[in-house]
Amino acid sequence: MSTAILPPRPPATSGPVGRMTNGGGDGALGSSVAQTGVWIGIGTIAMSFAALTSALVVRQSGAPDWHHLQLPALLYVNTLVLLGSSVTLEWARRRQAPLALHLTIALGVMFVVGQILAWRQLIAQQQSLASGPSSAFFYVFTALHAMHVLGGVAGLTYVERRMTAGGVPPGTYKAAALYWHFMAVLWLYLLLLLTIRA
Amino acid sequence: MTHTTAHPPAHAQRQSFLRKHVFSVDHKVIGRQYLDLALVAVVTGMVLSWLMRFHLGWPDTPVPLLGKLAPTGAAGGVMTPEYYLELMTMHGTIMVFFVLTTAPFAGFGNYFLPIHVGAEDMAFPRINMMSFWVTLLAFLVLVAAFFVGDGPPLSGWTAYAPLSAVGKDAGPGQGSGQTLWAISIGIFCIAQLLGSLNFIATTLDLRTKGMSLARLPYATWAWFVTAVIALVAFAVLLPACILLILDRVAGTSFFIPGGLVISDRLQPHMGGSPLLWQHLFWFFGHPEVYVAILPGFGIISQILPVFARKPLLGPRVFIACLVAIAFLSYTVWGHHMFLSGMNPFSATLFSVPTLVITIPAAIITLLWIGTVYGARLRLTSASLFALGFVSVFVSGGISGFFLAQPSTDIYLHGTYFVVAHFHFVMGVAAMFGIFAGTYFWFPKMFGRMMSETLGKWHFWLTFIGVYCIFMPMHYLGLAGNVRRYSAFTDDYLQPLIPLHRFITIAALFTGAVQLIFLFNLIRSRLRGPKAADNPWEATTLEWSTSSPPPHDNFGGRRPTVAYGPNEYGVAGPAGRDYVMQAAAQ
Amino acid sequence: MGRLFAVVVTVIALVSAAIFALHVWWLPPDISAHGSRIDRQLNETMVTAGILFVAAQLALGLFVWRFDVRDGMPPRAVKTFPGGVTPLVVLAILFVGIEILVLTFVGSKVWASVYQTPAPAEALQIEVEAEQFAFYFRYAGPDGKFGTMHPDLMNDATQNFFGLDPANDTTARDDIVVGTLVIPVNQPIDLRLHAKDVNHSFYVPELRIQQDFVPGMVIPLHFTATQTGKYELVCTQLCGLGHYNMRAYIEVKTPADFAQWLKAQAATS
Repeated sequence: MSTAILPPRPPATSGPVGRMTNGGGDGALGSSVAQTGVWIGIGTIAMSFAALTSALVVRQSGAPDWHHLQLPALLYVNTLVLLGSSVTLEWARRRQAPLALHLTIALGVMFVVGQILAWRQLIAQQQSLASGPSSAFFYVFTALHAMHVLGGVAGLTYVERRMTAGGVPPGTYKAAALYWHFMAVLWLYLLLLLTIRA
Repeated sequence: MTHTTAHPPAHAQRQSFLRKHVFSVDHKVIGRQYLDLALVAVVTGMVLSWLMRFHLGWPDTPVPLLGKLAPTGAAGGVMTPEYYLELMTMHGTIMVFFVLTTAPFAGFGNYFLPIHVGAEDMAFPRINMMSFWVTLLAFLVLVAAFFVGDGPPLSGWTAYAPLSAVGKDAGPGQGSGQTLWAISIGIFCIAQLLGSLNFIATTLDLRTKGMSLARLPYATWAWFVTAVIALVAFAVLLPACILLILDRVAGTSFFIPGGLVISDRLQPHMGGSPLLWQHLFWFFGHPEVYVAILPGFGIISQILPVFARKPLLGPRVFIACLVAIAFLSYTVWGHHMFLSGMNPFSATLFSVPTLVITIPAAIITLLWIGTVYGARLRLTSASLFALGFVSVFVSGGISGFFLAQPSTDIYLHGTYFVVAHFHFVMGVAAMFGIFAGTYFWFPKMFGRMMSETLGKWHFWLTFIGVYCIFMPMHYLGLAGNVRRYSAFTDDYLQPLIPLHRFITIAALFTGAVQLIFLFNLIRSRLRGPKAADNPWEATTLEWSTSSPPPHDNFGGRRPTVAYGPNEYGVAGPAGRDYVMQAAAQ
Repeated sequence: MGRLFAVVVTVIALVSAAIFALHVWWLPPDISAHGSRIDRQLNETMVTAGILFVAAQLALGLFVWRFDVRDGMPPRAVKTFPGGVTPLVVLAILFVGIEILVLTFVGSKVWASVYQTPAPAEALQIEVEAEQFAFYFRYAGPDGKFGTMHPDLMNDATQNFFGLDPANDTTARDDIVVGTLVIPVNQPIDLRLHAKDVNHSFYVPELRIQQDFVPGMVIPLHFTATQTGKYELVCTQLCGLGHYNMRAYIEVKTPADFAQWLKAQAATS
């Protein structure tokens, strides 16, 4: 039963001081914040798609109405477009090439347009949202992914505007690129999943 | 991104009224907006529970005015069975999402997390503002169900499919009302994801000089852990809501199996899985319980040492337990589904982590009780509610032992025992956390003290009142009283009706007592005595700045932190028994 | 104020516990073969949980009484908990941990004996159909075979609750469909639960049995009633506006009475 009035612990021993001691609002701090935000966002998006994947697995098991869905060949072209945009973005970022950034954004928009065309092809084959579980999951996955890609296009457009307005901090640029590459990785995963499962 | 661009002009002196008070990016304004929204929501939710409780006690007695408010649902003031279920659904949804998530987590967290870490604002102030307005939108969409279409939904806050998924055929409110519900919750998920992202990034990246993780105040630790839980939980509920909406409006069959005949109509669906909805919902739903209660853990752990004048016992153990609860919270969802038709073997699997999670919860409770031992306890409204929190949390937690075991759950599932359990542990305990936080932080937020006399009356009457409401519900459950019934027509339930009337009287009384709190809030805001910067002699950073804090929290000079938050009962400077976290300037 | 808190907490804890202990409100008498194991598990949990509940509340009350600073008290130093945090952590892990181990070990055996064992071969098979807002029961009839269910033929107006097709399906012709579950005492009963529309649940407090009906699934449930009498079966899964009124009676008869009842039903159907 120890008593009383202890002296306060000296500052140095009351726990290691973290490396994040760069308080005071300097530039280096801001860059890490944007990247932290994107990493957290990536985690969240991955979780959402993981939930949908498990829904697909549960829904498929023991479903009498699961028909294999023939994916439109256009999807593979779209895949190349999206992967290409990742390459051009890295080019833009490393070589300070604004033209390549414009190209990235254009490729991103092209990807979404391509996805819409692929949906139209499917609808023309009577494969709508309500016609079966495999097509339903296809539309849900691709639509949610396309929405996230559009979010990335908005982010890159913001970077582009900041660049013309007088320079973009490298941290922000890096954060936007991180998100964009994640969109490509996520798409490859979805394509694989849909090819195997749907 | 430089600091000034990450933050919209933090020091802007002249802002328009709209920018300053309505569409503000200041985390303090946003925190208060969340709390105001929660206040509106909690009053709404409480009135709904009054109406339900009155109906359960006296089903045939008309309620004055209700007949005019709800001419179809309660013609002549006596509610229909479906109206009862609609009120119940709205009560549960409003309370869980817009009170228990909004107030202790989004509200207090927004206001105090940036100050606790010594930041001028959240990491992403615009996203922060957006998350509040999206939350408000979700609330308005939900409440709109009262006024448009065929009324609010009646499938409960859990919205089990296919009742929630098949549409109008399933009954009143299952048309537009249920769609609005699903849209509202989907929007709410987006808001919480944005909010949680901000909490995590701010805690990780915006800590001031010297603010190591070990020195974070306990409330901020809890908000941080809660944000991590919320991020994963809402990331699952959002797609689940999207699939539910598609089942309802686009003719898909994610949750609806084939061959259903509802209202004598063969439903045009096939192959879906009702259990899939339950799995997705409870994967969110159980962590959501911890989203509601963990901020309370943090608030209590921060408040108790202040009023005990001694450090929290075992702060590192406390944080380890918080993290353990966060991990375990994702492994227990199946305990809501023991009797749902899930493989009986998995019931055993889910019951083990469910029981194991009581260990960190029990350790934390013992830490609080052990903190009171040897204290120089100052009983104020804030500390009384903190101690009351410990009491009701024990009461609610203990009943979990019965529901965590599949064998006893066979009998108690679906009865008032469950209602008693979750109201104590997540409703009342979380509310006590909110009350304790309000009495504790009100002086900081508004620069004025609350009336202690009114606060103590509020505590005593509420404390006794909640036990009178919820303890008897355990007895009802043991007697086999089924929940979610709008009237008790079964023979074996007749002897229990007097106990229901007792609960109703206690609920009306306890609800009325909350008017004392409301009055205290309003009066203290207008003419409470001026608050000093540190009226409770606490250590954390919010008490180093003025009451209320300036726009950038610290008057242009971010503090440097030299000590942990737990330096109470020590020989501090100037004869004090505590040492502030901020180093002397 | 600290004394008041201690008194209030103590009174609340003791009164609450006493009402449990005195069985002022309690489970109805058990009439099932397996129920005594559930009751024993419930009682054991009640005793251990009750001790933890009262002990925690009393400790909280006691400490608040003892360590509250009242006006005019001489200043005194704070004390840490004897031994610090370690004994509390050990206490929690030991007590709660052992409690959990025991409950899990014993409880899962009880659960397994009810839900993870198949019904005995001699069990009487009965089909149950739950719909908004009623239960219907089907016996196979003299041929011992159930007719096939056709959802498109289900119709409340023509009382074809199970969607039978006696015109084409010979096994369906002698099926007995009733609105009361009549069962023989001391014989295992093997139910097949079907849901016609939404989720429902099968709950008979006296039988210590509860199980959800899930649309799209046929869920087995078995039990043995050990006392004759009339009991209530109620729905415990929210199913819509008539949920509160969704129930049926269970009549447990002697084997002779049951045989007679079954014969009479076969004659009228």
